[in-house]
Amino acid sequence: MSLAMKAIDEQLDTAEAKKKVDAATKVKQVTESVKPAATNIKISSKNINFFYGDSQALFNNNLDLEVGKVTAIIGPSGCGKSTHLRILNRIFELYREQRVDGEVLLDGKNILSKSVDVLELRKRVGMIFQKPTPFPMSVFDNVAYGLKMHYRISRKEIAERVEEALKGAALWEEVKDKLKKPGMALSGGQQQRLCIARAIAVEPEVLLMDEPTSAIDPVATSRIEELVESFKKKYTVAIVTHNMQQAARISDITAFFYKGEIIEVGDTREFFTNPKNKQTEDYITGRFG
Amino acid sequence: MTTTLLPRNPIGRKILDKSVKGLSVAASLLGIFFLGWILMEVTNRGIAAINWDFFTELPAPPGEETVGLSSAIVGTLLMTVIAVVVGVPVGILSGVFLSEVARGTRLANAIRFCINVLMGVPSIIIGLFVYTILVLPLGQFSGFAGAISLAVIMLPVVARTTDDMLVLVPNALRESALALGTPKWRVTFDIVLRAAKTGMTTGVLLAIARVSGETAPLLFTSLNSVYMPESLMEPTSNLTVTIFNYAMSPYADWQQMAWGASLLIMISVLSVTIFARAAFKERTR
Repeated sequence: MSLAMKAIDEQLDTAEAKKKVDAATKVKQVTESVKPAATNIKISSKNINFFYGDSQALFNNNLDLEVGKVTAIIGPSGCGKSTHLRILNRIFELYREQRVDGEVLLDGKNILSKSVDVLELRKRVGMIFQKPTPFPMSVFDNVAYGLKMHYRISRKEIAERVEEALKGAALWEEVKDKLKKPGMALSGGQQQRLCIARAIAVEPEVLLMDEPTSAIDPVATSRIEELVESFKKKYTVAIVTHNMQQAARISDITAFFYKGEIIEVGDTREFFTNPKNKQTEDYITGRFG
Repeated sequence: MTTTLLPRNPIGRKILDKSVKGLSVAASLLGIFFLGWILMEVTNRGIAAINWDFFTELPAPPGEETVGLSSAIVGTLLMTVIAVVVGVPVGILSGVFLSEVARGTRLANAIRFCINVLMGVPSIIIGLFVYTILVLPLGQFSGFAGAISLAVIMLPVVARTTDDMLVLVPNALRESALALGTPKWRVTFDIVLRAAKTGMTTGVLLAIARVSGETAPLLFTSLNSVYMPESLMEPTSNLTVTIFNYAMSPYADWQQMAWGASLLIMISVLSVTIFARAAFKERTR
């Protein structure tokens, strides 16, 4: 090939490359203009209606969970707080008579669609329950269980990850000498942190916490609140709580549920100091609920 | 306007309370009394037959010096083991189906009803049934047919216990396992069954204890034999039918052997039951 031809070739190449770059910028510009104002929404629930058999529990709910923020869901008993949470990882499907209508977008993709791999979804969206539920196996195996299920992983790496997860749940120092003991042998507060370690070990993106401190003592509660604070950096967190002080302490955004409807959502400080809705004000000042 | 309420006379209530208590104590003592009586009687009469020969020698005609029931012991053990191998997995899987797969459905309720009915079917009818489906077509009595009839008796007991034990496992445990992205079948086998393990072990042991004393189904299936079992496809010697035959014979030494065999079965059943209770206590502690 002559030098001249090579030069022409190169020119052509650069021209083509430039064209590509141009096209890419264009696409980017287009997508940016389409995106909603807040680009950091992790989960967006749209027009959620939920039914237990014939009785409707949620009415046209819309709620966004933002990346790097803790969203607290408060409201009186039976108002649909937990129900809302249980839709986000589709755990309600365990029960035949429960049914949902609407859309839940996780990173823009509707997770309620039939084609979604529920196991993968639940790996990405972890959940902590009201009562600690250690599996009937050792402390170590409790944390290793999910890891082994979701990842091809060497024995050595399992041990490392388990330690990391237990440290992440502020439990390592207390259990490092009893990893072989059954998970049931730990105290209630420790069991709950074990469940947290188990959930974060599989590296979820979202953590749903359904009244995680209602069954444990105040000291253990404050440890878990500290954990939630530290989780903000890594996960999107939603926490259902009966305790308004807790919501005020640990959350960035608060949503108030009442009788299956979302009455008010807002920045937590604003929410508690200057509620916009009369019902919210009545609830947080203790006039009902 | 309200009238003053007069208190009831407390004496009548106290008497009633005391008499109900007394009656229930008496009733339970009666049960214990008969159990004790049976244990004593069988031990007294059977202990003389139990010696080394009892476990190592073959059955012999009346009047022989060295006699034993080694073939019957081996035959009973063999058939029980096969019954366990066949009946327990099927029973556990049925229980899993009822409690984990089809819970709350009409199908589950229908099957649970059938299992309860099967549990109530007299064992002699199960023996006749297996006789019709296995012994007649194969043309001979066999240890295999005996084991199958025992398995059919175990099946509903194990299925029912599994169902009962799995229902006791809290849903919170299932939910938290599912929430981790665990497939349903692994939730069942890794988590739920493991949580119910001790209770189910108890159920299986009690089912074994129950079938090890069954005679009627074996009469039609394994029959009996005086030889050491060599194949599953021949009449197979066993303790319960031996007791039946020997106890009805006019020979004192055969009757003695029947008492010995009774004692052996009773002690085995008793130890299995006690072991099962101990295992269950372990769990509840």
